[in-house]
Amino acid sequence: MLSFLATDHWYDLRDLANLYRVVLEGLDHIFPTGLVYVLTALLGFIAFFVVFVLPSQLYVGVYGERRLIGRMQARQGPNRVGPLGLLQPVADAIKLLQKEALTPRSADRLIMWAAPVLFVAPAILIFAVIPFGPRMVFADIPVSLMYFLAISSLPVIASFMAGWSSNNKYSLFGAMRIVAMSISYEIPLVLGLLAVSVLSGTMSLQGMVYWQQDIPTWMILIQPIAFAVYFIGVSAELNRTPTDIAEAESEIVAGYLTEYSGMRWGLFYGMDIAYALGASAFAATIFFGGWSLFGLEQWVPPWLIFILKTYLFYFVFIWTRGTLPRLRIDQLMSFAWKFLLPIALINLLVVAVERLIWTSNDLPDAIVWAFGAVNIVLMVGIVFIWAKVFKYDPKKRPTKPRLVNEPGGYRPVDLEQGGPSL
Amino acid sequence: MSEIVKTEPFVMNIGPQHPSTHGVFRVKVTVDGEQITDAEMVIGYLHRSMEKLAEERTYTQNIPFTDRTDYLSSMSNNLGYCLAVEKLGGLSVPARGQAIRVIMAELQRLASHCMGAGAFANDTGAWQTPVMWFNRERERILDIFEMTSGARLTCNYMRIGGVAFELRSGFEEAVRNLLPRLQQTIADGQELLAENEIFIARARDVAVVSPETAIGASLTGPMLRGSGVAWDIRKADPYSGYEKYDFQIPIGYKGDAYDRFTVRLEEMRQSIKIVEQALDDLPGGPHSTEVPLAFRPPAGEAYARIESPRGELGYYLISDGGPSPFRFHIRPPSLINLSVLKEMTVGASVADAIIALGSVDIVVGEIDR
Repeated sequence: MLSFLATDHWYDLRDLANLYRVVLEGLDHIFPTGLVYVLTALLGFIAFFVVFVLPSQLYVGVYGERRLIGRMQARQGPNRVGPLGLLQPVADAIKLLQKEALTPRSADRLIMWAAPVLFVAPAILIFAVIPFGPRMVFADIPVSLMYFLAISSLPVIASFMAGWSSNNKYSLFGAMRIVAMSISYEIPLVLGLLAVSVLSGTMSLQGMVYWQQDIPTWMILIQPIAFAVYFIGVSAELNRTPTDIAEAESEIVAGYLTEYSGMRWGLFYGMDIAYALGASAFAATIFFGGWSLFGLEQWVPPWLIFILKTYLFYFVFIWTRGTLPRLRIDQLMSFAWKFLLPIALINLLVVAVERLIWTSNDLPDAIVWAFGAVNIVLMVGIVFIWAKVFKYDPKKRPTKPRLVNEPGGYRPVDLEQGGPSL
Repeated sequence: MSEIVKTEPFVMNIGPQHPSTHGVFRVKVTVDGEQITDAEMVIGYLHRSMEKLAEERTYTQNIPFTDRTDYLSSMSNNLGYCLAVEKLGGLSVPARGQAIRVIMAELQRLASHCMGAGAFANDTGAWQTPVMWFNRERERILDIFEMTSGARLTCNYMRIGGVAFELRSGFEEAVRNLLPRLQQTIADGQELLAENEIFIARARDVAVVSPETAIGASLTGPMLRGSGVAWDIRKADPYSGYEKYDFQIPIGYKGDAYDRFTVRLEEMRQSIKIVEQALDDLPGGPHSTEVPLAFRPPAGEAYARIESPRGELGYYLISDGGPSPFRFHIRPPSLINLSVLKEMTVGASVADAIIALGSVDIVVGEIDR
């Protein structure tokens, strides 16, 4: 499978695993046997965090987001610190480090201290299973999908701890909301990803990339419903608009972060971005072919392809944040249970049948395109039927008020006589 | 289970320091989970004793006070106060002065509704984008105010008997350049918010005020018109020559937050129509009548009311023949519109209470004076 990688030279930037191997061999001469594996794994992981996650947080998550949203909002965004404002995230981080991390007198000090720490750890662990290239994955475990889902639901506990320990009513609201929403959205999210796993027959993220490379296709074309469910579910998990009810600024000030200040708040903020990056990387792996790009990965470094896909997906998060209003919690809940869960179940059923047809009849791989067509038709059909069931007709809703010429009393709405439907 | 786990309501303060209270305003809400069971409004954090202070100053000196009541629509406040003094003193305003006053009042309505619509969008959680779009246009209107009166927010432009200065050269061109941009921004707001599925889900059927409640609580302005009651003082009791202009009253369907928002957008469109008409036939002649600085109206009382961006803004003045008013009273539309907040919020969720408060479009400077 790795045949397209031409060389094993350390300077072949298409696969940074070469470089890594050279370092490992060099260190093996210095250190006693065995220790080097632990040490290089640790070093590699830290280096990877410093090389990819941290700059992405600063320059895509903070700078890029502020800059792009600035453009969307008819303003400049950060442009004072350094050329084009590029040093702004660094300045922000230094400012946060200098600020005092206050703890309210009535707060539960231990839990309040532990919450940001607990919030950070999973954000780093998430990236361990993400494949950046054919050999560039830290832990290529066979059930990395399960690992990812398990790790990504940990921060909810940290958020709840933060909200509970602050002893602030706004924080408590945020904590209650995040737990309720996370439980609701986890279920359709897992069911949606289960369908992907059933179709590709693997739970390894690397395996899914190979699956998409072999067909060749992208999972989003074959599994549009799973992608829709994943995108909605993950933006709810991540507290991004339109589902940012846990830190809804206009309602509960800052939700579970209300009492946090200084770098403790900064850890929450930065790791929120890291989770969003993790979710983007995950989506790029599962739905957009990961590091593969229809043969182009032989010439362009696969990790570059992958990172660009991740950033493109992250851009969608920024875009929705700059555009959409926020939903109310009961609307979000009913959306998860009444719409996302049934649609994910229907999708799972259809995909299971497709998989059965595919494997039991020993059909060629190209059959997935037919499955994809069926699934797209299914998605359009479901949306159409739901619109029919709920009598959804945006054209008939009045979006402009009535106009009258003369003042007077109350003007009733004539709903019977062909008036607008509300 | 229910014996072990029990829930109880708790009291939560929304405000006076809160992102969505539009100033220093406080609501003490009792919540049971997400549901509000009781709401108590606490006002007075911005009280500056304006009505009493005004009794110590001459009629002309009081005009800057009116700027600072409803600080988002100083021109309208100037106009209402000057109309009251003119009614008290039996003065008339030249035609040009009246037309300039109409242009300014309508531009002020546009500016104020820009702020109201944008801030309401912020309350629904549209993260700053609509408010920035609307504020961009509001800034341009404020530029025109600065060009005309020298101040952006507290204009202090109108005087008893007319306006303070003649319009600057280039004023008409500046306004005519501005109006198409404003139309575009209103259309953008319509597309981005009023036709947005999430926005409709958030604002439709939320904070409903029935027409009976609206009339009973003597609501005015977009709050009343949103409930479907056609009432506009510019039509019902025209002042400053409003009877000459052709415009319509927008009224809502259900009296919910969404109706109030769309009524505001439509009022902006109507204001643009009025400004265009006023510019088209701007009469010549003097902009003001000569009124002595220490103006002493005869003893008596007068009440003048205008349609401010928030509703019926009334000024009630009693004169004892001296150079300063014996009694100076303001009927603030924000305060009276706010009186239905409890009806709107009890039984709703916290998120809806914010929407309800945002849809009233309060200015705390006017509530507390």
